Amino acid sequence: MAKRVSLFVTCVVDQIFPKVGLAMADVVERAGFDIDFPEAQTCCGQPAFNSGYREDARQVALHFLDVFAKSEHVIVPSGSCTSMITHHFAEMFANDAANLARVRALEARVHEFSRFLIEVAKVEDVGARLDDVVTYHDSCHALRELKIKEGPRRLLSRVRGLELREMDAAEECCGFGGTFSVKFAEVSGGMARSKIDSIVRTGARTVVSIDSSCLMQLQGALSRAGLPVRTMHLAEVLANR
Amino acid sequence: MSVVFDEKINQTLGDERLQLAIYTATARLMDKRKHALEGDNLPEYQELRDCAKALKKHTIDNLDHYLEQLESNVVAHGGKVVFCSDAAEVSDFVLKLAKERGARLIVKSKSMTTEEIDLNERLEHHNLEAVETDLGEYILQLAHERPYHIVAPALHKTRYQVADLFEEKLGVPNETVIEKQTMIARRVLREKFLAADIGISGANFLIADSGAVVLVENEGNARLSTSAPKIHIAVAGIEKLIPRARDLAVFLKLLGRSATGQPLTVYTSFLSGPRRGEEIDGPGEFYLVLLDNGRTKLLQDPGKRESLYCIRCGACLNHCPVYRKIGGHSFPWVYSGPIGAIITPQFMGLNHEPGLPFASSLCGACAEVCPVKIDIPKILLELRADITAAKERSGEGGMERMAFRAFAWIMRHPKVYEMAGRVASLLAPASSSGWLRKVPAIMNIPPVRAWLSQRDLPAPPQQSFRQQWRTRVPRTDSR
Repeated sequence: MAKRVSLFVTCVVDQIFPKVGLAMADVVERAGFDIDFPEAQTCCGQPAFNSGYREDARQVALHFLDVFAKSEHVIVPSGSCTSMITHHFAEMFANDAANLARVRALEARVHEFSRFLIEVAKVEDVGARLDDVVTYHDSCHALRELKIKEGPRRLLSRVRGLELREMDAAEECCGFGGTFSVKFAEVSGGMARSKIDSIVRTGARTVVSIDSSCLMQLQGALSRAGLPVRTMHLAEVLANR
Repeated sequence: MSVVFDEKINQTLGDERLQLAIYTATARLMDKRKHALEGDNLPEYQELRDCAKALKKHTIDNLDHYLEQLESNVVAHGGKVVFCSDAAEVSDFVLKLAKERGARLIVKSKSMTTEEIDLNERLEHHNLEAVETDLGEYILQLAHERPYHIVAPALHKTRYQVADLFEEKLGVPNETVIEKQTMIARRVLREKFLAADIGISGANFLIADSGAVVLVENEGNARLSTSAPKIHIAVAGIEKLIPRARDLAVFLKLLGRSATGQPLTVYTSFLSGPRRGEEIDGPGEFYLVLLDNGRTKLLQDPGKRESLYCIRCGACLNHCPVYRKIGGHSFPWVYSGPIGAIITPQFMGLNHEPGLPFASSLCGACAEVCPVKIDIPKILLELRADITAAKERSGEGGMERMAFRAFAWIMRHPKVYEMAGRVASLLAPASSSGWLRKVPAIMNIPPVRAWLSQRDLPAPPQQSFRQQWRTRVPRTDSR
């Protein structure tokens, strides 16, 4: 029997970019896994945590722990949400031994999507094709907290028809930053525009990332600037045939 | 966020010349640092960082012991140590000494610590002339501005602006060649060095086991300021301590490279006390002023204490995408960039600028380049929690408080959460591209308005993922 994995699609993908979740499900199924989607799932609590509302974030985290208590593997289409769970949940429960133990038991089983493919499923070629020139945006929490850098590029290198062109500012923040994007809207917008300059210089037609919130920021700014560059989540690229 | 903070940010964002100056200067510093640390140029870089952090941690955890050791060694060399708890105590000490010795003119080498306590203004108020001798600092003193950057104080000034400034303030012809501008400053400052009664410096490191002050610089002005006048006063924060002279090897390898990409700065001076009997130069009197000014408060907070490990290399500023947009003068205190964002609230109080720790996308580029591995994003998050809690106690920020309470409640009630999503998708207008440039009045709440001021907004899909999942047929095609 195929191994069973649970999807945590994140609130952003669930409510704004459902196609990313569906694409991730397709790729993971094709890699030979059975999928379940625990319907009680909502959010990891990061918006409250990053805004300083730790008790509210803790409440949401407790809900997450309940929902995924029985999951063997949890796959997440976001480096940022994964890092919230695997790096910051423990900080919130530092003085709560019982729940800290639950966090510790779960965090090793929570995987960002690209890392799941490479390290758990041990697959790099998922049989995808995309005739396109793309550039890859390193999302900050994936890069600096999860140390994900080569994995997504390796997966992209196995996509037929795809040419990857690195931008000079691949590791520079897109400027999203959660509530930062609206609390300091002009600064955030300026950061997005700097990033876009770097994207456009590559001549790529598509920007790929493993975080939908970065892509929301970048696509929103690209669309505002009227530039003919689209954004795709890595899952969408890998689901394409 | 205060109105002043917001205004300064928008002024900087709107100034194209300034944007280019900040961007170019920081990009150059980033490139140089990268080159100095890459590949074979410093293969032990990561080990050095670990070592530097461990040394700083040990020193800060045992600060009382090392301060005593430092003091006894400075005294043994014939110097004096003065402990000051705040700005007023420092200026009182300098003023008293100047009066006793009949001093009128003071030359200063670059020091963020004296900027922190507005020492120049305090001295000038009592008719003492204090002249900055670092070229960048001198330019800013003429322009009556604060440093724009911890390491490169005049980073925001173009040579054309400097030409105009020199012409206006020094009465020299308008000179735009940088080397010639340097010669002008050198001519003026050389006279000051020769006439000065007191030299005031900062300190990059204080060495406990040898009672020495270490200064790193590129212009030689610090060496002159500390050796030409009869009296040398070094003003340093108590956190500048390191235990042993041999530990310097670790820090000197990291400091120059992280700051400007230099393996070593042009001058590294080790100063221990006044001139001794047979020596032919050096000051006759040496004073080490050790400043607290809020630092001991940080010692009580184990979660944020590592803010005191900073060696002021400025790498976090250069690599910060927010600093690169809003520049140094938007920050509410002399320390700008990510390090400023964590030490300002801790030194000056959370209310000094409550918006400051929120002015970050938490990208983590600062922590990645920090030579002493200060976890700046983690400290920013803790400060955000402190500020939110303080607002709650004082009854402020009620709307946001309620919004996050509602958020947490909705996220624990999946059915309500799903319904909220359905309502949003019903309210949103149709969009062929999937992106909205404006929204109906009912959706036009402040965060949406702020988002739309810069970017288009994704139109909510017809159906959420969970709705589509219920009718999804599993993929049976294999790879």
